Amino acid sequence: MALSGIQIYKLLPKTNCKECGFPTCLAFAMKLAAKQAELSACPYVSEESKKQLAESSQPPIRLISVKVTGYEVKAGNETVMFRHEKTFFNRPGIFVKVKASEGEEAIKAKVGAADAFKVNYVGIDLTVDGFAVEADGADASPGSAQAFVTAVKAARAATKRPLILVGKDPAALGAGLGTLSGENALLYAANSANWEAMTELAKQHHASLAVSAESLDALADLTEKVKGKGLEDIVLDLKSAKLGPHLALSTQVRRLALKSNFRPLGYPVITFAEGGDGRDSVVAAQAIAKYAGFIVLDRFAPELVYPLLVLRQNIYTDPQKPIQVQPAIYEINNPKPESPVLVTTNFSITYFSVANEVEGSGLPAWLVVCDAEGMSVLTAWAAGKFDAERIAKTIKGFNVADKVSRKRVVIPGHVAVLSGELEAELPDWEIRVGPREAVDLPAFMKQAL
Amino acid sequence: MPIEIPKDKWPGKIRTVTLGAMAAEGGTRAKTITVGGEGTLPFMHFETPMPNRPVIAIEIKDHKPDDWSPLLAEVWGEAMTDPAAWAKAAEAAGADLIVLALSVTGLDGKPTKPEAAVAAVEAVLGATGLPLIVFGPGQAELDNELLVPVSEATKGERLALGICEDKNYRTIVATAMANGHLVTARTPMDVNLSKQLNILISDMGMPGDRIIMDPTTGALGYGIEYGYSVMERLRMAALQGDAMTQSPMIVTTGFESWKTKEAKVGQGVPVSWGDWKERAINWETLTTVALLESGAAIVVLRHPESVKRVKAAIEELMVAA
Repeated sequence: MALSGIQIYKLLPKTNCKECGFPTCLAFAMKLAAKQAELSACPYVSEESKKQLAESSQPPIRLISVKVTGYEVKAGNETVMFRHEKTFFNRPGIFVKVKASEGEEAIKAKVGAADAFKVNYVGIDLTVDGFAVEADGADASPGSAQAFVTAVKAARAATKRPLILVGKDPAALGAGLGTLSGENALLYAANSANWEAMTELAKQHHASLAVSAESLDALADLTEKVKGKGLEDIVLDLKSAKLGPHLALSTQVRRLALKSNFRPLGYPVITFAEGGDGRDSVVAAQAIAKYAGFIVLDRFAPELVYPLLVLRQNIYTDPQKPIQVQPAIYEINNPKPESPVLVTTNFSITYFSVANEVEGSGLPAWLVVCDAEGMSVLTAWAAGKFDAERIAKTIKGFNVADKVSRKRVVIPGHVAVLSGELEAELPDWEIRVGPREAVDLPAFMKQAL
Repeated sequence: MPIEIPKDKWPGKIRTVTLGAMAAEGGTRAKTITVGGEGTLPFMHFETPMPNRPVIAIEIKDHKPDDWSPLLAEVWGEAMTDPAAWAKAAEAAGADLIVLALSVTGLDGKPTKPEAAVAAVEAVLGATGLPLIVFGPGQAELDNELLVPVSEATKGERLALGICEDKNYRTIVATAMANGHLVTARTPMDVNLSKQLNILISDMGMPGDRIIMDPTTGALGYGIEYGYSVMERLRMAALQGDAMTQSPMIVTTGFESWKTKEAKVGQGVPVSWGDWKERAINWETLTTVALLESGAAIVVLRHPESVKRVKAAIEELMVAA
């Protein structure tokens, strides 16, 4: 929450000296509030005021970046409780965890497979964002630190993506961090017992630091201590409680940051998605919808990661900018010249609904996607962005006639009214009206074409 | 340092809606299901307690469907061929209530006859004591033809009849009113259209506590975020006091997710899609979990494994701090 003009005015010298270029300190304060002036224009503002003004212009949730050459995972800088209020900005990073006890070979294999994973969704390639290495079994003995060092090296050999180092023992974690250079990892986690050592490690290795405590009160105290030692790149661990309590804590933290500008908890949240029988998928799904900044999975499986990556895309899509596909002729099921021509709009969901149905049916078709500015069939038609003229222009522009032996085009049922006009625009084409719903396309194609 | 948690205080509440009637109320159900009644956003127990948890309906049909994913045929087996057997199996799988979705055509390929629809409904009511929701086949004329006799034959059972849409709500609402049933009212992912349909139905004289809102939603990857945000906005409007958005919400996530390619198809799909069955279950489960977070009171599922996982999720979501 930024300060108001009046609040800023109270922090200024109030001498009206005009050296900032404005007639009064109040005028200057108003300009500062509107971000139309820089504080540096005032030569006489006190150090204390400078500090307070800098604090209040910080984003409510600090931006944390976990990065290594070529890859960066960002979390924070969120401004709303609900995506429909504006949008969610920084998609939570999805990390896959391995344990030191799994051993070098297993770690390399697991990380390698997950690192190579790539799945296409509406034309975008989705991958996991990074890996977590856990110093399980580290107990401050030199041997366990070595096991962790081996594990971190193995992971780093199998992936170039950012890393989270997980453990309680600063010695082991320090040894692990020591093998990495030129990167900003995330270190998990500082608690009331080890926070001083962990903070030193994080500072030394330019890492962000997750902070863990039993209650929000204790967590706020601990983050302030960490910050007091000069480390501000903090991530909050709300502990993996049951879904209900975890939802409450995540919501409370987000509210404290956005509504109360409560700085000690103004940091992104890390969630560990654990549990068998699919529980981990559910925890991760809730985390995606409800405010997590970093999500750590216990296992890697394509059938688990694919839906989570899609859900993340969906929730983090800017509601003001619906996704579109490129207008083009799409070939479904290897169409031949005698295969039917279907027309639809370039709203992603429309395209994928239609393509999905036709593809699933096994029937071949030429799917002509028109530029309707990313709107669905009905919306585009109502807005005048999907009419006979546009459809005709698209058919001609893509030379559809060259691909087919029969000049016949099927228009969506919802725009049946266009068929007469379209006949006029495309005089040597037969115009057919298809079903209203994509799900009825296969039956229509079998029976009516 | 003791933190002051920002708590929301809302002037409005979601209506309490009860489905099913036991002997004392003129029905034959072994139990009733009550949803709604909350005065805060979903699962915010630290503000005010949630009086009723979300419930799980399992969708069955009047005869074996020929267009469902093979994975569903595999898990339900022979029971799919008989609605009574299927209803029993659904109850055994943990359903809180049953959705019986009538088919457009009978096994003979001709439009479902009213007598057949009534027979299917009565068979289900005989096979299970769970409350029942009956959906028409989704074509205006046929819906009216089938749902009116069903409604009359089951007077007193307090079913929910659906799916009312702006084009065809009148007949269904009228028969539901006359026979003590509820209605589900569906609109295409639009806050204002939801309000409007609720107003139209209320104007006919239907009491508010016999209307369930269906905001429509897409599956994960196929439009879920539109339904999700419409639901959050509807819920906030309701809590702010807008009486026409204060109905509990039903979502048909089974229907939406099982028609996706991810759930229906196991061959010729990218390797990156992974194991078919687990992927399909995840599709249904995660679509449902996201919509529970946005306020769904009744979720309609198809696979028993999804039911298990969603039940466990609801159990955990209902735990206060």
